[in-house]
Amino acid sequence: MSVTTDERSPGGRSPGALPDKKSDERILQTSPLRRLLARPELGSVVGAIAVFVFFAVVADGFLHPASLATVLYASSVIGIMAVPVALLMIGGEFDLSSGVLVTSSALISSMFSYQMTANTWVGAGVSLLFTLAIGAFNGFMLTRTKLPSFIITLGTFLMLNGMNLGFTKLIDGTVSTKTIGDMEGFPSAHAVFASTLTIGGVGFKVTILWWLGLVALASWILLRTRVGNWIFAVGGNQDAARAVGVPVAKTKIGLYMAVAFGAWISGQHLLFSFDAVQSGEGVGNDMIYIIAAVIGGCLITGGYGSAIGSAVGALIFGMTSKGIVFAEWNPDWFKFFLGAMLLLATLLNTWVRKRAEAAK
Amino acid sequence: MARFRTWVGIALAGALSLSLAGCSSTGGKRAEDARKAAAAQGRSAVNTPRWTFAMITHSGDGDTFWDIVQSGAEQAAVKDNINFLYSHDDEAQQQAQLVDAAVDKKVDGIIVTLAKPDAMKAAVARAEKAGIPVITVNSGSEESKAFGALTHIGQDETIAGEAVGEELNKRGRKNALCVLHEQGNVGHEQRCDGVEKSFHGKLRKLYVNGTNMPDVQSAIEAKLQADKSLDAVVTLGAPYADTAVKAKSDAGSKAEIDTFDLNAQVAAELKNGTLGFAVDQQPYLQGYQAVDLLWLYKYNGDVLGGGKPVLTGPQIITKDQASALAEYTERGTR
Repeated sequence: MSVTTDERSPGGRSPGALPDKKSDERILQTSPLRRLLARPELGSVVGAIAVFVFFAVVADGFLHPASLATVLYASSVIGIMAVPVALLMIGGEFDLSSGVLVTSSALISSMFSYQMTANTWVGAGVSLLFTLAIGAFNGFMLTRTKLPSFIITLGTFLMLNGMNLGFTKLIDGTVSTKTIGDMEGFPSAHAVFASTLTIGGVGFKVTILWWLGLVALASWILLRTRVGNWIFAVGGNQDAARAVGVPVAKTKIGLYMAVAFGAWISGQHLLFSFDAVQSGEGVGNDMIYIIAAVIGGCLITGGYGSAIGSAVGALIFGMTSKGIVFAEWNPDWFKFFLGAMLLLATLLNTWVRKRAEAAK
Repeated sequence: MARFRTWVGIALAGALSLSLAGCSSTGGKRAEDARKAAAAQGRSAVNTPRWTFAMITHSGDGDTFWDIVQSGAEQAAVKDNINFLYSHDDEAQQQAQLVDAAVDKKVDGIIVTLAKPDAMKAAVARAEKAGIPVITVNSGSEESKAFGALTHIGQDETIAGEAVGEELNKRGRKNALCVLHEQGNVGHEQRCDGVEKSFHGKLRKLYVNGTNMPDVQSAIEAKLQADKSLDAVVTLGAPYADTAVKAKSDAGSKAEIDTFDLNAQVAAELKNGTLGFAVDQQPYLQGYQAVDLLWLYKYNGDVLGGGKPVLTGPQIITKDQASALAEYTERGTR
């Protein structure tokens, strides 16, 4: 099953099981430091430490446990989506519809429960099916039409945005959904998707657990399973991957469905923490997920990146967005900072990767 | 090379002298500075401790309306010796996180908008639990009390809408268009529904993408071309009134353009009769009063409003009042 991608072999994993012969000159002995340098997320980790130290110094109260919990929560909301988006980008594709898909998922769940007077878990289940279907639609269209994913998902994004507004108005008669806080199943769903865990007097949101869980799962898939190899392969060189028997279409559809699954979790969080959803939200968040993945070392061209990197990218995002508040700066500059951070992190990534490749 | 430098030098000198000779005696930065000098000068008028108040709104980036609210709040903050922090996000979840961040900072008072009340509920409750007084402004008059805020300062959107409907009746309008520039904004819906309630004629809604002005213009234009009997267009934000005026002239329509909220351009266009009327909710007052009332509460335990919202509008502004307001809109406080 050893699949050879291009030269940028995925993060620190030797493809296939090689016979352990010290005499074979084709097997390069790498020092642990070299291996560390070759990790996609290294640049972003350095960046994250820099951002953390920076705000710890300039922002009063940034290091309070409660503040850090707020930062982690902000990061987790982005991170939950950044993980599957990173996988998708490693697989060489984009998803511009992921931001509004989160809102769609919350809307479907809420409106189904309310209109059918069903247990909120039923709504959540229906929403999961719908959301996965939309993900599958994205993947299916992509593999069938051979159009760039940029175009396909831009279309889906616009359609979803319109449907969010249109259906909500049509069904509920207003622009936000009716509250479902008093319905059966709400407390348990709230516990699963939106509860706060108090540890040492500080409230941590449950989304942080979801986030860490997803990062662990995605890392395992990428680095320890055959599917992970497929993802790197289709992102690295699609035709070569197909030639050696990788199911390209299935992999890509699966990746889009993974993004949809992330959107479902985020959407349910949105719904069960606020018990009503605004129909016009989510626009532009797709870019934020992509940025988090890119800061974390994913290549726009595919075939390279990591799930941990996406988490670090989300963390940088969360620290910056809330750090600016703790530092009492003018929020007008937030986007400027974000842009600068994105460029710096990506430059750092590229530099580190070049060094790592030169060292091989 | 040397010659090239000489030429560059000559060109620069020429440009400089031209720009000096070409000073404008009207408008521009100089006129603005003169106006600013006429506005309130910032110096603390009290000797209470330097408290920190945070204001968190649902404004998007670069919103003219919120700019005025902010400047009102800042004026009051200077006067009351307050360290004033402003932050905003148009996504409900982000706005709630910003409130959380303010609570983490242990500020002395929080001013928040409840455009998306359900999303803000937990964050506001957390502030109350931490013993931080909260005042709600602009949107959320119905929820403010239930959430445990001291007071709500703002305009009841439905009442404001009704005032517009009555004004339209007074002007003998029969067929009006309500332009909503932010799909998903509950307050906007209430405004249009309020107009519909008191307006005797026919009212239709038109949704436009408020972040894309050319798009707004072409949408209104198309509507005016499609229905020649439209005799009034109501926009829900000052920047959109001017766009509607352009659309009207391009479509060759006779409709009167009216708007919610004010800015310098709207005041000027009211004065010269391009616009019919504006309904103002005095954003400056919302920011100013919120800070001032928090200060009063911290200083003297005072609460205004007797458990009812403190209304800052609606105030119908027509041609007659517009000239008096022009200088205030120019300096960005109305």
